[in-house]
Amino acid sequence: MSGLKTNNRAIKWLDNRLPIFSTMNHHLVDYPAPRNLNYMWNFGSLAGIVLVIMIITGILLAMQYTPHVDHAFDSVERIMRDVNYGWLIRYIHMNGASFFFIVVYLHMLRGLYYGSYKAPREVLWGLGVIILLLMMATAFMGYVLPWGQMSFWGATVITNLFSAIPWGIGDALVTWLWGGFSVDNPTLNRFFALHYLLPFLIVGVVFLHLWALHRFGSNNPLGIDAKGPQDKIPFHPYYTIKDMFGLGVFLIAFAAFVFYAPNYMGHEDNYIEANPLVTPAHIVPEWYFLPFYAMLRAITFDISIPFTGIVLIDAKLGGVLVMFGSILILFLLPWLDSSPVRSARFRPLYKQFFWLLVVASVVLGYVGAMPPEQPWVTIGQIATAYYFAHFLIVLPLLGKLERPKPLPASISEPVLKGGGQPQGAAATHKPMEKA
Amino acid sequence: MKKLAILAAAAAFLGLAQAPAVQAAEVPPVPSRDWSFSGLFGTFDRAKQQRGLQVYREVCAACHGLRLVAFRNLSALGYDEDEIRSIAADYQIEDGPDGDGEMFMRDGLPSDHYPSPFANENAARAANGGAYPPDLSLITKARKGGPDYLYALLTGYQDPPADFELMEGMYYNAYFPGHQIAMAPPMMEGSVTYADGTPATVSQMSEDLTYFLHWAAEPHLEQRKQMGMKVILFLLVFTGLLYAAKRKIWADLH
Repeated sequence: MSGLKTNNRAIKWLDNRLPIFSTMNHHLVDYPAPRNLNYMWNFGSLAGIVLVIMIITGILLAMQYTPHVDHAFDSVERIMRDVNYGWLIRYIHMNGASFFFIVVYLHMLRGLYYGSYKAPREVLWGLGVIILLLMMATAFMGYVLPWGQMSFWGATVITNLFSAIPWGIGDALVTWLWGGFSVDNPTLNRFFALHYLLPFLIVGVVFLHLWALHRFGSNNPLGIDAKGPQDKIPFHPYYTIKDMFGLGVFLIAFAAFVFYAPNYMGHEDNYIEANPLVTPAHIVPEWYFLPFYAMLRAITFDISIPFTGIVLIDAKLGGVLVMFGSILILFLLPWLDSSPVRSARFRPLYKQFFWLLVVASVVLGYVGAMPPEQPWVTIGQIATAYYFAHFLIVLPLLGKLERPKPLPASISEPVLKGGGQPQGAAATHKPMEKA
Repeated sequence: MKKLAILAAAAAFLGLAQAPAVQAAEVPPVPSRDWSFSGLFGTFDRAKQQRGLQVYREVCAACHGLRLVAFRNLSALGYDEDEIRSIAADYQIEDGPDGDGEMFMRDGLPSDHYPSPFANENAARAANGGAYPPDLSLITKARKGGPDYLYALLTGYQDPPADFELMEGMYYNAYFPGHQIAMAPPMMEGSVTYADGTPATVSQMSEDLTYFLHWAAEPHLEQRKQMGMKVILFLLVFTGLLYAAKRKIWADLH
């Protein structure tokens, strides 16, 4: 890389003492990226932008919001009615949460499909899973703040999950989380404090995520390492403009929801103020938690030692373990997948199983929205079983059983020749590094 | 497989958000109506809103509050300052404490919110046979089906089917979950007399009231849709330019 080029003496002076400009130049301008990244690689930067949108709108909302059980609901309505453009800021924040998950789920699916979690990017992937967990905690607590019926009852259901922990720890833990004996004002206050704090922790982990990313650079659709400068192009202008275009497309979809269907992804009951004496007919989480909610409810049976009747794990604890396990298992993914080939393009069997996992997750999302009745319970159990089998059985075996297709010799070769099939004439391509 | 999964994902996403919190008792789907405020260019209808306000004032307000709406907000319905002053002055608002530490009643001001008919939920339940008449400020956003549901409910009072067991003091409604509603049919033909001569049928009053209450729930709807049109048109043009720039910049690579 050529380093920072400038004639501005002030910039040179500062950069010599604090190399902030050359660092930015190194990571955002000259940074070499594989030349063959497709549009699935847009979702990382998009997630970062959505995070910034959420933080800005969130700070503005916090200036008008009152975290007290008697005033929270009305203060949100005051934002919607009397604060200048308050409705806009709140609808952006509300729908931004949903779009954040859409973007991050697509970002993760891209990582799964192209094997971006494999060596040497295991830590990069693990940091991503930490970001996901922080996002989930943040979204859950944020949903409680308007203090509607779903806020209150969702908070009650989810915090009660911790009571499944045995040995008398669970109940004490729940009381400690609540700051009392039910979800009440202390709970709302601490959720507000944490909802404000966690996004900044996410920003911190995002920087670690980028640090780990830039150690080896992006994976690419072929899943093979760059062989030389001809396989790479500078991030700017190629990927800055591509990311900008992707951002434009994203904003169109986002604006369509914010301006024309702002409550489509919400629940009607959250426009009813929280009432501890009236339980909604069906308590459902936001759509982005539905697959996990389905897995929680899939465990309808106790796990006991056969013929003795001794219960090892009751159904409630089992459900909680399965739900948290479904995310924690992602930390192990780099070691569960035994195939050395990254990209699903060259893994004919893995490709099928990948889409099966997508189908199972979508089915789980649907089951999560349904009441816990047949046939949804059984369908949810089958999909849950597949979800875990995918990671614990299919991926470890597939690496041994599958015959991957031959890999291309280099990134630039199929780009220039068209198609992914390996060709002998690898030496004829010309170096294409951008001057 | 891949196409199937993408289709399934898209269908699930569109279906899920609205995901059916399936009603315990089966309630017929609410028929959808044409509202002037639906669609990309939707606007409210001032005449209908004003008539709806009259229905709220003369029929609903006896039991239902509208506490999130201030009299000053009525300027959005086309009332001028003097009219709003006189509407507000029809209500008595508790104020205070005065110099002697006493609370007192005074005429409403444009800055006041609609006073609720009952002091609290318990008082409301005590006066209504145990049922709680909800505040109507957000009613169209707080019910599945929104304005369509509200209209269907108001026009959905019927005689119960022969085999239906109706509890004491309850009324049969085709669209209320479980079909038993504690609210007596609130309107009958001619419940109000419209100043503009519009015949006050139940369906006309229900429609007018829905227009008024949807405005009460979403007062910035018109501004939102108008701004949305500008934002999206801008984004379409801007994104088009970005795409052209992207093609140009990448041209030397392909």
